[in-house]
Amino acid sequence: MESVTRITYDARGLVEPDVTVPRVSEIEDGRATFDATELTTRQINAELRWLLYDQGLEDVTILNPRSRHSIATGILTRCRITIDGSLGYFGATMLDGPEVHIKGRVGWSSCQNMMSGVVVIDGNAGSLTAAALRGGDVVCRGRVGARTGIDQKGGTIIVCGDAGSMTGFMMQRGRQIILGDVGPGLGDSMYDGTIYVGGRVKSLGVDCVPGEWTDADTELIERKFRIYGLGDPPELQKFVCGKQLYNYDTLEPSERKLVL
Amino acid sequence: MCGIAGIIYRDGMRPIGRDMTRMLQSMKHRGPDSTGFALYGPPQHEAWIMRVKLADANTPRDFDFAQRLTRDRREVERRVQAMGARLHETTNGHHPYALTLTFDYDGDLKPLADRVEDVSRDAEVLSLGRSLEIIKDLGDAETVSSDYHLGSFEGSHAIGHVRMATESDVDISGAHPYWAYPFSDVAVVHNGQLTNYFEWRRRLERSGHRFQSECDSEVIAVYLAEKMAEGRSLEDAMRDSLEELDGVFTYICVTEDALGMAKDELAAKPLVLYESDDLVALASEEIAIREIVDHEIDTYDPFEGEVMVWSR
Repeated sequence: MESVTRITYDARGLVEPDVTVPRVSEIEDGRATFDATELTTRQINAELRWLLYDQGLEDVTILNPRSRHSIATGILTRCRITIDGSLGYFGATMLDGPEVHIKGRVGWSSCQNMMSGVVVIDGNAGSLTAAALRGGDVVCRGRVGARTGIDQKGGTIIVCGDAGSMTGFMMQRGRQIILGDVGPGLGDSMYDGTIYVGGRVKSLGVDCVPGEWTDADTELIERKFRIYGLGDPPELQKFVCGKQLYNYDTLEPSERKLVL
Repeated sequence: MCGIAGIIYRDGMRPIGRDMTRMLQSMKHRGPDSTGFALYGPPQHEAWIMRVKLADANTPRDFDFAQRLTRDRREVERRVQAMGARLHETTNGHHPYALTLTFDYDGDLKPLADRVEDVSRDAEVLSLGRSLEIIKDLGDAETVSSDYHLGSFEGSHAIGHVRMATESDVDISGAHPYWAYPFSDVAVVHNGQLTNYFEWRRRLERSGHRFQSECDSEVIAVYLAEKMAEGRSLEDAMRDSLEELDGVFTYICVTEDALGMAKDELAAKPLVLYESDDLVALASEEIAIREIVDHEIDTYDPFEGEVMVWSR
């Protein structure tokens, strides 16, 4: 008997190869809008991908996302996505290119692993927001949970409200601008990068130290505030890596001999 | 991973059984092992309500299983009456191993509950209070809810739990919520792990408490109830717990007239909160809150080390 293997999935990443695209969008003047109320998560993402990749549209609005998880993930093309409501976990993750505007809140682990693009969140965000961010800007107008930008490798995170504990944990590069208060352990074990804080800092994490303000800092802050219409920047404190964790002076005597 | 949820209505009785079922069903993906509810109905001024299980889904259905259940049920009734209680009613749920007893009783709750649990190896008092009823079993929220007819349960506040077993077996004893044996009307649901569980379990056991399960979450319930019995308020007891219990946890505790949440120092377990004039709803995911609120809402996540309490 002849056996035929058919690979039907879309290399750009349809989660479910056989999902039927609902095709419920209203398309007008190169813009599309669709109501997600009755759609499943997979159908919402399939519709979005169909509009962006198949129909070649660059402006899509999703209505009534109802806090569902994993919406608008892995979009690797330049486009504008407006989400008229709140997202659940993992919303707008793994992006490369899009400008996303979320007119509600996002749950845990949103905007992770972004390579480039912009995400603006009007409401609050859960913990682990913009973890492992490599490029682009994430702007949260509300407050964010714990461990914002954990393992950040580039890009900029701007938070207009307060941030939870261990903000900037293990940060490797990039910038964070937190306008409100931050919880304990700010910048714990950061390797590099810069964190600006407008409010109070509950405590600094291991090897996070105040940094020296330069003209480049002023220019960066002013530029970002202008782009996102955040008004005049408040007075900010700057924190950087103390680079003490780079040293090997806490080794065992036998190890020390090897290094020296 | 587990999912927890809580609701408290500030303006009287609502169909909390239906609401909690919807909330928990929407979080089924967080834990498919078992589902549990702690529901607070209208406070009874006279009667106590006791929920008891005599076996569970894992108990071998050997040849005399049915007779043993009947015998155990009679024995539970006999012992309750022998302790001086005036039994009003005993009802079976969908499962013959689940009993609900209502009775008048003036004595100490601990010896009564101890006597009932001593009926057989599998017997366990799930809840005992003036308004608290704990219902838990294997399966998802809709299954448990329909088996125990929770859709029509009216009350003021409730908590619920969908469980992914990490710390103990998949059985009813390991399912949440936990009643703070032997304190009336105190129950807890928990998402996380306690790392100093054995230390606290031994400490509480030395002061006379017994534990039905091997699950770390049961410690939280008994810990809080003991603190409250010593005169601490619910809120103060919960603040103490942040100092004394170690691990990653977010938990919700309920008493006869209040509901509170506490989150550990690392904020390592999620909780989303929604508050309006007549309702406070909290859950591991916002998707659960949206099941019971039909309009656009603003929610936020509590920060590390936070304790919040709301009254009915």
